[in-house]
Amino acid sequence: MLLANLLGRLTLNDFPHNPITAGAGVGIVLGGLMVVGLLFYFKKWTWLWREWLTTVDPKKIGVMYLIVAILMLLRGVVDAGMLRLQQATSVGSSHGFIDANQFQQIFSAHGSIMIFFVAMGLMFAIINLILPLQIGSRDVAFPFMNATSFWLYCAGALLINMPLVIGEFSAAGWLAYPPLSETAYSPGVGVDYWIWSLQIAGIGSLLSGVNFLVTIFKLRAPGMTPMKMPLFVWSIIGAMVLVIFAFPILTITLALLALDRTLGMHFFTAGAGGNAMMYVNLIWAWGHPEVYILILPAFGIFSEIVSTFSSKRLFGYTSMVWAIIAITFLSFSVWLHHFFTMGAGPNVNAYFGVMTMIIAIPTGVKVFNWLFTMYRGRIRFSVPMMWFLGFVVTFTIGGVAGVLMAVPPADFQLHNSLFLVAHFHTMIIGGVVFGYFAGLTYWFPKVFGFKLNERLGKYAFWSWLVGFVLAFVPLYILGIMGATRRMDHYEASLGWQGLFIVAGVGVLIIMLGIGFLILQLLISIKDRKHHLETTGDPWGGRTLEWSTTSPAPFYNFAIIPQADQRDAYWASKHATKPSVKPHYQAFNMPKNTPFGMFIAGAALTFGFAAVWHILWLAIVALIGLIGLIIMRTTYDDSEYTVSVDDIERLEAQSKERFA
Amino acid sequence: MNEDVLSVESSVKSKQLELAADDKTIFGFWVYLMTDVVLFATLFATFAVLRNNSFGGPTGGQLFSLPYVLVETLILLTSSFTVGLAILAAHQQSKAQVLFWFGVTFLLGLAFLSMEVSEFRHLVIDGNSWRRSGFLSAYFTLVGTHGLHITVGLIWMAVSFGLIIKRGLGRAVIRRLTLLSLFWHFLDIIWIFIFTIVYLIGAAKG
Amino acid sequence: MKNKTKAWLIALGVIGLALVAGWSLRNYNFAVLNPKGVIGFQERRLIYEALLLSLVVVIPVFSLTFFIAWKYRASNTKAKYSPDWDHSRIIESIWWGVPTILIVILSFMAWNSSHVLDPYKSLSSTTKPLTIQVIALQWKWLFIYPEQHIASVNFVQFPVNTPINFEITSDAPMNSFWIPQLGGQIYAMPGMTTQLHLMADQIGNYRGSSANISGQGFAGMVFTARASSLNDFTKWVGIAGRSSLKLTEQQYQTLLKPSSNNPTSLYSAPDAGLYDRVVLKYMLPASELSALPPASSTNTGVY
Repeated sequence: MLLANLLGRLTLNDFPHNPITAGAGVGIVLGGLMVVGLLFYFKKWTWLWREWLTTVDPKKIGVMYLIVAILMLLRGVVDAGMLRLQQATSVGSSHGFIDANQFQQIFSAHGSIMIFFVAMGLMFAIINLILPLQIGSRDVAFPFMNATSFWLYCAGALLINMPLVIGEFSAAGWLAYPPLSETAYSPGVGVDYWIWSLQIAGIGSLLSGVNFLVTIFKLRAPGMTPMKMPLFVWSIIGAMVLVIFAFPILTITLALLALDRTLGMHFFTAGAGGNAMMYVNLIWAWGHPEVYILILPAFGIFSEIVSTFSSKRLFGYTSMVWAIIAITFLSFSVWLHHFFTMGAGPNVNAYFGVMTMIIAIPTGVKVFNWLFTMYRGRIRFSVPMMWFLGFVVTFTIGGVAGVLMAVPPADFQLHNSLFLVAHFHTMIIGGVVFGYFAGLTYWFPKVFGFKLNERLGKYAFWSWLVGFVLAFVPLYILGIMGATRRMDHYEASLGWQGLFIVAGVGVLIIMLGIGFLILQLLISIKDRKHHLETTGDPWGGRTLEWSTTSPAPFYNFAIIPQADQRDAYWASKHATKPSVKPHYQAFNMPKNTPFGMFIAGAALTFGFAAVWHILWLAIVALIGLIGLIIMRTTYDDSEYTVSVDDIERLEAQSKERFA
Repeated sequence: MNEDVLSVESSVKSKQLELAADDKTIFGFWVYLMTDVVLFATLFATFAVLRNNSFGGPTGGQLFSLPYVLVETLILLTSSFTVGLAILAAHQQSKAQVLFWFGVTFLLGLAFLSMEVSEFRHLVIDGNSWRRSGFLSAYFTLVGTHGLHITVGLIWMAVSFGLIIKRGLGRAVIRRLTLLSLFWHFLDIIWIFIFTIVYLIGAAKG
Repeated sequence: MKNKTKAWLIALGVIGLALVAGWSLRNYNFAVLNPKGVIGFQERRLIYEALLLSLVVVIPVFSLTFFIAWKYRASNTKAKYSPDWDHSRIIESIWWGVPTILIVILSFMAWNSSHVLDPYKSLSSTTKPLTIQVIALQWKWLFIYPEQHIASVNFVQFPVNTPINFEITSDAPMNSFWIPQLGGQIYAMPGMTTQLHLMADQIGNYRGSSANISGQGFAGMVFTARASSLNDFTKWVGIAGRSSLKLTEQQYQTLLKPSSNNPTSLYSAPDAGLYDRVVLKYMLPASELSALPPASSTNTGVY
């Protein structure tokens, strides 16, 4: 009895018994212990604490986002490999290497992790790394909140991986539709893990949304009026507005599902007055904007890259801005196209089908504008540009598949099939992932001070592209053949096995691509002396981030730059300016603080307690959380001044280094 | 003399910095309130969908006592007025008045919250808890979320007392009080919607 | 020059591979593109039409991409270079305009087809339609023939060229009822009835499945939909009617227990009003449910 009170529903049986999960769990724990041990051995704790764990510098927070997102990518892609391995082998009398429940846990984890912890992580990494630099600011609006967002994201990532060690994950798909996700059909802790990890990370994202929007509105360099902002900044405005309007819906939806599951409420239950269709509406009212939250920054990145590598001004800037604004608004009026098959009636279906197609117009305009930016340019086919070309091809194919599914009766035949799976992977991989990889390659020298190895970058690109085609073209075909998504087994007579095997090979080639990316990173670090980036402007850049050193000093700019026109840095490079001795002024920078990490720690503890119904721990964690927030928000002395002498000294040092 | 110029310059500078900080923080808080609007809008939507799903249990009209809720509403409206007086006093740097009006606001908030808790308690005792039906789940969640916000506001107010007493009415404290009053007014507006949509319409529809 | 040859070789290789792959798939059943019923046929036409219209944009995009990328490569110094040319009202109007026109056409298609192919719409035919009630269970499909007084699990038979009115619900998590060769899917949800109207125009066995994840046994929720001659159908109804298994309330409770990969089975004398009770038990509290008359023949779906 006492134990039950102390541990909620956690028992010894909840530690994994099957070799795969247990192996993964043990591996993670050992890996973690090894890292901790190494840190002690090399006495790096103080360094880690001072330089990273307590930092409020968005450039460092960006790097930490990047590291976590890459780790999550590895987890997600291993999941993908297992899914395909199962589907390639589980045919007819053979039932593969995992059972249905494990298979379902894996695809639920794959989807949730890839969207929330890989795509969102990479997005916030890039925004943190580049946005303040690009608007000519020294920092984000609320540096401490930014750190908190990151740590909440980290807490969510930890929680979603915890089922590898304790308990099980949700088997209800990445959006956990009720009533399947209700206690009647999923009594275990899996769905609760899903709810709380997403909830914690989602609140981090919401805070980030507020933070970056205020940053752009209030901290732009003097002269940078809205129509002079780089397109990347515009795309982030679009994405953050969507975060602000969409993520509260997610917060509520998850909370209501949690209330159903833990307090016995009846929001989405079958019976007792619950309405499961409401959940499907709510989750997609968040879910569709979420897609655009991810893709808009990729659009912004491509706008920067195409212009830079074509050495030409971006074509149709005004069109591009309006296209972003249009997409931002329209993305809230299409959510029902995710469930045309729910029987909402022809008028409703047709309305949402038409709205969906209308979004294709601004999206198409963007593609044409990029192409005409290249037109009469001088195109350099560096790695970022190759990702762009790969994107145009895949994204257009995915777009056509999307238009087909926007016609409701056609969707009746394609929905929930592997065709749909292929479609959204085309958009997410071809659009989002290619976009973020392009951006990371492009801005890598700005962040780390040296360029990435080009040759390995190209190998990675080609592996991804070929792997992508092999992995998803078979799925389009299988969908047309009537293969539904999420099957752990099918009849041999259908003859689908060959296509599943090809798709599996595709995943292997994508894994090879990831291998090349990691190798590229390692080789580039090893050879960094040869690829040092000393000019601050390795690609012939156009926007303000290239006007400072690489890597940028912690204060980004000694003197806040003036941005009197679009492509402000390009213009300043081509203007003849009399060199005057810079006139520095002192400024304030935020102090490091561990509070973000503490708050996330309390949130993680609360999430864990909520998953396992450990009441006392939940209360302790909640009180801790409130206490920490009060302590931090009543703290006034959170900044320090960088004096003119300091700036002069630091600038002189950096001149010496880059001379 | 040089030092004088410097100190004047730095005080102008720090004034500017504080202004910028005010500006940014208050704008940021408005954006946060926007997210809270979406949050409540979603809850209102779920309530609207589930309003008639009483599943054999009691409906709003059978449960709600309008006079009781009207008293709650008046208390909250008054507290919105008193928090405004507190902010006015803060701008006049009158510490005693600020403390007094925040004290009044706090007590009114507490009274509101106790009335709400008492209402909830009676519902549960009568067997009409959130487990009863979709309608009651939506009702408890919507009204309860507002109550949770009020609780946060009360904790915030309590912390603010400490700050005012310890640090006086400096710029940073006034900024916090301004945010608190924005938050409090916001909760008042949300309550007006709850009063109308949950109670008035609920009672009218029987 | 050498690079160019290499590029051509690679392109040829890719095309060749694609052709071989396509050829090797020639004997497969592309269910969605191989319809055996009126609805499936019209839905296929819709897919083709939308695809063709999309190509109006896709082909220019692909050609332009490769042409521009090739022509304006940095090494081609002969190509025109206008670094500051960033705006042209005419050109931009074209790509706001042409896609808009296409989307207007597609929107008309979407609007019309949504109404014409509304799954709730009865099909016009001289033959009297057949009503089949479908209940998704964990993890099998139960088909009830209210007029023929028979029922079956994981197997559904009906005469060819006869409109079939499926009334679909679930006594389990949400599922999706899909027979790709006959037409599109619709969700099966507890506490409500969705409708699907299909008609086969060729005799044959068609694979049906659940398209929406519903728990452990989801992948095994496969059934055969057999479109037969009227004669064969009548014979089959006779066999089922003589089945010793009667679909009583008790028998239904047995079926309700989760089980995977169920074989097909036939039932006689399904309890009248069983389907309605399954729908209603999620809509009304137990007290009101028992107060209802035992066999209501009216259809009480939400939609």
